[in-house]
Amino acid sequence: MSEWRFWLNEQRGMLMAVGIFFVMFAIYVSNHPAGLTANVVQTASNKGVLLAFVAMAQTLVVITAGIDLSVGMIFILTNALASWLVIGSPLETGFGVAAVLATGLACGALNGLIVIYGRLQPIVATIATGAVFFGIALLLRPFPGGSVNEDLADMMTGKIFGVVPSSLVALVAVILVVWVPFSRSVIGRAAYATGSSEIAAYMSSLPIRRAKFTAYLLSGLLAATGGLFLTFFTYTGEAALASGNAYTLFSIASVVLGGVSLFGGRGTAIGAVFGALAFRTIGDLLFVFDLDPLWQPLFQGVVLLVAVSLSAFGLFRVRNRLEWFG
Amino acid sequence: MITSATSAAAPLFQMDGVSKHYGGVRALENAALTVEPGRIHSILGENGAGKSTLIKIMAGVVAPDDGRMLMDGREVTFRSPAEASAAGITCVFQELSLIPDLSVADNICIARPPRRFGLIDRQAQRAIAEEALARAGANDIHPRMLVKNLPLSRRQLVEIAKALAWKPRILILDEATSALTAADVANVFSVLMRLRSEGLALLYISHRMHEIAELSDECTVFRNGHNVMSFAAGTRSNGEIVEMMIGREYSNAFPPKPERAAGTATPALTCRKLGWLDRLRDISFTLGKGEVLGLGGLDGQGQRELLLALFGVLRGTTGSVLVDGKAVTLTSPAAAISEQIGIALIPEDRKTEGLMLPMTVQENLSFSALDQVSRGGVINRKDEARLIDEMIQLLSIKTAGLDLPVAALSGGNQQKVVIAKWLMRKPKIILLNDPTRGIDVATKHEIYLLLRRLADSGTAILFYSTDYDELIGCCNRVLVLYDGSVARELKGSAMTERALIASALNVEDGHAGTPA
Repeated sequence: MSEWRFWLNEQRGMLMAVGIFFVMFAIYVSNHPAGLTANVVQTASNKGVLLAFVAMAQTLVVITAGIDLSVGMIFILTNALASWLVIGSPLETGFGVAAVLATGLACGALNGLIVIYGRLQPIVATIATGAVFFGIALLLRPFPGGSVNEDLADMMTGKIFGVVPSSLVALVAVILVVWVPFSRSVIGRAAYATGSSEIAAYMSSLPIRRAKFTAYLLSGLLAATGGLFLTFFTYTGEAALASGNAYTLFSIASVVLGGVSLFGGRGTAIGAVFGALAFRTIGDLLFVFDLDPLWQPLFQGVVLLVAVSLSAFGLFRVRNRLEWFG
Repeated sequence: MITSATSAAAPLFQMDGVSKHYGGVRALENAALTVEPGRIHSILGENGAGKSTLIKIMAGVVAPDDGRMLMDGREVTFRSPAEASAAGITCVFQELSLIPDLSVADNICIARPPRRFGLIDRQAQRAIAEEALARAGANDIHPRMLVKNLPLSRRQLVEIAKALAWKPRILILDEATSALTAADVANVFSVLMRLRSEGLALLYISHRMHEIAELSDECTVFRNGHNVMSFAAGTRSNGEIVEMMIGREYSNAFPPKPERAAGTATPALTCRKLGWLDRLRDISFTLGKGEVLGLGGLDGQGQRELLLALFGVLRGTTGSVLVDGKAVTLTSPAAAISEQIGIALIPEDRKTEGLMLPMTVQENLSFSALDQVSRGGVINRKDEARLIDEMIQLLSIKTAGLDLPVAALSGGNQQKVVIAKWLMRKPKIILLNDPTRGIDVATKHEIYLLLRRLADSGTAILFYSTDYDELIGCCNRVLVLYDGSVARELKGSAMTERALIASALNVEDGHAGTPA
């Protein structure tokens, strides 16, 4: 096999998400009354990056064969916190941003400690911590309200040189600063190895605990980045339970669409980002075709089912029936 | 004893007085071993002789309870495989340590990847991988291939390359050739001999006698967790080596076997040229009603697959299976146990495949017989209780109550529950997969009596055991499997431990049984 075939094979999951996204986005834009304008792209980007950040957060944990059901709640908690802190002079605003991101790291660290040292299953641990995070958000913002430094908010949601959406630039920057180093580091590789086969990772003397901890930690950070952007878009904070739950579930859907294996060890955050963008575009498609928004959940569900069944074909090749349960 | 730390005569590696117990089972008892550089040292012993515990201790996977290890005359302790590797001892495991979703190059460099600016340097990694693959004689494996896409034999070569990337002084190979094709074995051998000439010490564990004869400089035989004898390779005959491996302290009492008339009755089970992937090859045999047929051979020669195939777990099997002379298709365990076929399997791992540990004794017992005690989907409690009571009596299961979780029972009683569970379906054919592993002697004896009683009442029994005594004591005939096919059939007075071991190792033994 030549080098590019290997590359194609390694990136297959991501490429499929990229393909799904661009096809859907092309259909969307070509049916949009305004066509492909900077404003249309900006709106789409602003809607898409929120889920993209949360999906990246989910990816890191899923790679280690875990799952984080608290990402949506960290997203909501940091939104509520940002609506108190990210305000005032540039210095105060800067401090506020740092505090919000640090809160995300702390939430991720808590998840990591419980899963690794408490030896609880990730699914149970993060349901519990998610409820705690939401409880704190509710205390911070019993009613929607608060405010944000509007200069910063407008800058982060506007356009650079009047063309490029700055939220998209921020997303790319976060990928470059967080994801790329992680995926190329020893810790990142250990995270993949742990997800693929924890026994083999142990026998290969890899730092399993540190890898898992880093994954949860960065997951909290990315979810907090999403929460920060939510504040920039809405100018307010709101402890919305439905929204937190929806983001958690959609993050899992995006991860699957993006070719990340829920069994761990396979997939990239970039794939998940495109999965998230594609998932968001489904809603927009309904809009341009003038369909009732009530159809949205059903449509998203169908697209997800189709995408997931594509990856289940491998089961037909299993020759030992006991492997169905492995 | 005082050892001088700088003694020039100190061997590369030495262990003495090393012991390891797992619960009440002693895996290694006062074991000693000396390893010299530039030599290939083979370790021999039958299943459970302590070989794998020995290498796990050397490779830092488990810690010994007692004894000490010296390298260059200095005492060493390993808390992890990484510490052992850093000290110069690396083990090639049997396909255990490769990460399936990572590439070959990632796997080879997994423990100490080359880095640039703190991140993994893929180019440098690739160069290291290519060099290690070349040293392992596997230049044809592309470093970018995912390990899970490689066939088993290629993976083993990657394992060797991975171990060599540590630049070890002692390389341990545990059954490293068992998954390889003949061409690959020759390839690996030339690699090993070259490594020896480079001054590496190689510890070679294998069941293949001709490989040991071809490769090693010296041999050490283990038995019952203790090193029995060390000698230069080629100074002992195969027969003598097999004698050294035999010899056990305990002998179990077995129930008498009634004479079986060489009848012409239809056999309960007939296998014709049964095959599955490359794990089972053309297996043909018959199993008569009331017969106990043993499956022998070394671990992993296809015994487990044969039982799974007969229980309908494997897909894509070739050949045919006849029950009572009628061809059957086995599509699932539910089909196998159905009234028309009536095959039950007592699985090897009772904790995961045989029992639902947290559920009660009663629930576990009635799982597979629910349709016998229920009408229209409703369980008749009275019938259920009666049937369960019968089984508890028959097997004398010792439990403080039927509503206790099975996990609270002793290993022997748990195994009886597994057996009872299937007996409630009154199967015509029972497959057993090493049912007495890890069970106390008294319960073993009860299980032997039970098997014989079932056979006497007409049940056909196919019995895989890793314990040769057991096969000889319980079975009317024994099929010895080697590499997925029947190597030999032994019966009557030809069923000796010596013959069993010799045919398991696939070496000629002068006075063994009839070739199959």
